Amino acid sequence: MCTYRTELVPVRGSGKGASGWFRVTDASVYLDHPIHAPAGHTLNIDVRNPSLGPAARVALELDAPSARALAEAILAVVDTAPTALLEELTS
Amino acid sequence: MTDAMRAETIRMTGHGGDEIEGYLAQPIGDGRPAAAGVVVIHHMPGYDEETKEITRRFAANGYFALCPNLYSREAPGASPDDAAAVARAAGGVPDERLVGDVGGAMDLMKALPGANGKIGVIGYCSGGRQAFLSAARLPLDAAVDCYGAFVLSDPPEGLPVAAKSLRPLVMDVGCPMLGLFGADDKFPTPEEVAELEKLLTEHGKTFEFHSYDGAGHAFFSVDRPSYRAEAAMDGWEKIWDFFGRYLAS
Repeated sequence: MCTYRTELVPVRGSGKGASGWFRVTDASVYLDHPIHAPAGHTLNIDVRNPSLGPAARVALELDAPSARALAEAILAVVDTAPTALLEELTS
Repeated sequence: MTDAMRAETIRMTGHGGDEIEGYLAQPIGDGRPAAAGVVVIHHMPGYDEETKEITRRFAANGYFALCPNLYSREAPGASPDDAAAVARAAGGVPDERLVGDVGGAMDLMKALPGANGKIGVIGYCSGGRQAFLSAARLPLDAAVDCYGAFVLSDPPEGLPVAAKSLRPLVMDVGCPMLGLFGADDKFPTPEEVAELEKLLTEHGKTFEFHSYDGAGHAFFSVDRPSYRAEAAMDGWEKIWDFFGRYLAS
C-alpha cells in the first residue's frame, strides 16, 4: 500500500546523481512500493535539489533493517565526532 | 477482426483546463466494432512501464485506454521515477485534481472516432481509491477498484495533501463497481473490504467484490514479488467479464 506519509527534511550538502555531483537542498523519507528493489515495500529516501529539476535526485530504496542500521550508523558517526570537527561540519 | 493497435504519448486536457501528458492505446483497423474507453489510473510510484503495459492490454482487448500522467504538472518531461519522487515530496495528487484529470480522459475517449460512448475506470493501489472517488464524482459506466486503501479511513496524520476518507461519498457511487482484493492485504484489510461491501449494499449499489486467498497487496504487479499469478489471471477474467457487461454498446 502507499502510506501517503512523507517526512520532508531540509538538507545541505552534495549528492551524486545520474549526471554527476550537485548541491542538495531537500530530502524526502517515506515507505512505499519501490521502483527497483525486489520487495513489496521499502523505506525510500530521495535527496534532491528541486531547483535543478526532477532528475537532480539521489534515491535509495532500503528494507527496514537496512534503513534502521543506516540511520543508527549516521547518528553514531555524528554523535562521536570530535567537537571541533562537528563545529566545522555544521558551519 | 484485426488485432492492430496504436499506442502513444499524447497531450490531453486535464483538471482546470491544464494540458497534461497521457498514454493512449487504441485498437485500429477497418470494420472493428465501436469501442468503449477505460481510464487507467496509475499507482503512486507513477506513470511507469508496467502501467503503460496495462493500458495496452485494454487496447489489445478492444478498448480505448488512456492513462493520464497524474504527475505531469509537477515534473513535465521527467522520467516516471523522478516525477513520482517530486509528487511524493509534494504530498501526492489532490483529490479534486484527480477527478478533473480522469474527467478529461473520459471526455477525450468519448470523442474518439469509433467510440461507443461508454467509459470505465480502473485503478491500482492508491489508484484504487481514486477509481472509487471517480465513480462517485463522474458520470462513468463502470469502475474497478484494485486493492485501494484508505477508502473508508483517513490516511495517517501529517499529510501535506488532504486525501480524506471517501466514506461520505459511498452514497454517490453512480456506476457498477468491481472490487478485487487480496485476503492477506493489510491495506485494505479484509475487515475494511467487508465494511465497504456492507455500506455499498446498504446504499443499494451494484457491485461485486472478490478477495483472493494467498494474495496480498499489489497482486497484479508483474514486476514485484507481490505478484500472484493465479489471483491476477482470475482478476483479469473478472475485469473482462465486468467491463464486457457494463461497457458494451
